[in-house]
Amino acid sequence: MIADFICGLTKLISGVSVRWLGVQPEDKPRVYFANHTSHLDFIVLWAALPKDIRLKTRPVAARDYWAKGRLRNYLARKVFNAVLIDRKHLCAHDEEHNPIHLMTEVLDQGYSLIIFPEGTRNLEDNIGPFKSGLYHLHKQRPASELVPVYLENFNRILPKGEFIIIPILGSVTFGKPLAQVKAETKVDFLNRARQALEELKNR
Amino acid sequence: MKILADPEMFHLLVGVFALLCLASLVGIILEKIIKAPEKKDMVSNLNARIKAWWVMCFVFTGALLTGGVGSVILFAFVSFLALREFITLTPTKRADHRALFWAFFVILPFQYIFVGIKWYGMFSIFIPVYAFIFLPIRIVLGGDFEGFLERTAKIQWGLMVCVYCISHVPSLLNLTITGYEGQNAKLLFYLVFVVQLSDVLQYIFGRLFGRHKIAPHMSPNKTVEGFAGGVVAATLLGTALWRLTPFSVWQAMAFSLLITVTGFFGGLIMSAIKRDRGLKDYGTMIPGHGGMLDRIDSLCFSAPLFFHLLRYFFAIWD
Repeated sequence: MIADFICGLTKLISGVSVRWLGVQPEDKPRVYFANHTSHLDFIVLWAALPKDIRLKTRPVAARDYWAKGRLRNYLARKVFNAVLIDRKHLCAHDEEHNPIHLMTEVLDQGYSLIIFPEGTRNLEDNIGPFKSGLYHLHKQRPASELVPVYLENFNRILPKGEFIIIPILGSVTFGKPLAQVKAETKVDFLNRARQALEELKNR
Repeated sequence: MKILADPEMFHLLVGVFALLCLASLVGIILEKIIKAPEKKDMVSNLNARIKAWWVMCFVFTGALLTGGVGSVILFAFVSFLALREFITLTPTKRADHRALFWAFFVILPFQYIFVGIKWYGMFSIFIPVYAFIFLPIRIVLGGDFEGFLERTAKIQWGLMVCVYCISHVPSLLNLTITGYEGQNAKLLFYLVFVVQLSDVLQYIFGRLFGRHKIAPHMSPNKTVEGFAGGVVAATLLGTALWRLTPFSVWQAMAFSLLITVTGFFGGLIMSAIKRDRGLKDYGTMIPGHGGMLDRIDSLCFSAPLFFHLLRYFFAIWD
């Protein structure tokens, strides 16, 4: 109920328009990857999904931010059902601290994920370079569709470092899932994924 | 309500809702008889527009029936939604964030408070003087000089067009006209009715007889035939409604012509701003019409002129 309220409020404030271009909302484990410019991003993306799909979609968020303070902790764990990643103690060999392992586990349970491959909120106008997590995730679960999502104007509604919200209209654009390409290098894959977002920006 | 007790107002309302019924009937018939797929889109757009008109007419009438307060609040909301669409289209920067906060949450509400408390002096200079000077000060404190004039001017324009100009519509209720006391709601209705009807008639004439584009780069759907037919027909209707107003027949004709022509240019100018940003509509909130600003663009330019000429020639100055 609190989740519905927050979704409604976010939609109201950001007057968000949602477009699905070449892709439909479907109930299957997917990875939604988006550009990241504002704290509103994952709430908005999450709110833009139809309710039944939203309940089976978990945002991936930084533990050092979202586990701090009671309210944030409550929101992240109980409301958004976030997958919290400890950015400070990453370790590929230890299952508990391996972010890719944590994410594949969630996909295997039938949930979808929301991730921001830029890693942190980007201050520039263009989309920043992608971290390699998306690549490793794709390697391990190639069957999960990678859906690019372009978020527009949320950095103007609530920029990094601001706490006042301005009622500018935002938009969420879901694009066609990335095509499967065999034998692709990490760099090529990440470029292709970033390019898919870039293209949505201009649609 | 007091307004419904006025027989002229009552007849006007009955007339408007009769027109809506007629429009809906035509819409239903067109949907039944038109089978060509390329025309189907036009008909479904037309029906979406008619449906939206029903909603807009109910909201507007409801606000009028509350007396002054409802209209002030309604147009404050209209301004808010319009400004939001305008600023969304305008490339502002991070350094403008706080200035925008002032524009949305301080300047806009205060402008309508001045309308509500009937403080004419402040209402008429608050945005052109105080906000005009305050905004660049707040923006310069943001510390980013790149595109400074452009950013500042765009926010000032947004406030002028979406807030200042639109706030003249409910301000009509504040004018004191000898022999017309307590009837100002009809003037508000008259202005909005004639301007919006002119838009609708221009659309209809354009669809039926439109051949020559009037401004192909600014607004490809506007034609000479639509403009002439719509303006003439709306002016005649506005003239025929002269009994509602404090005007004589000829004065009603002059005022109707003024607001329909300025309304047309308002639409054209707001369209030029959209095109500059590479867009067709300001938003999506009103089905068939586009955004709020797409619907009220003609009012932005006709309302202040209607208000000030009316005030100069007909009202008692205090």
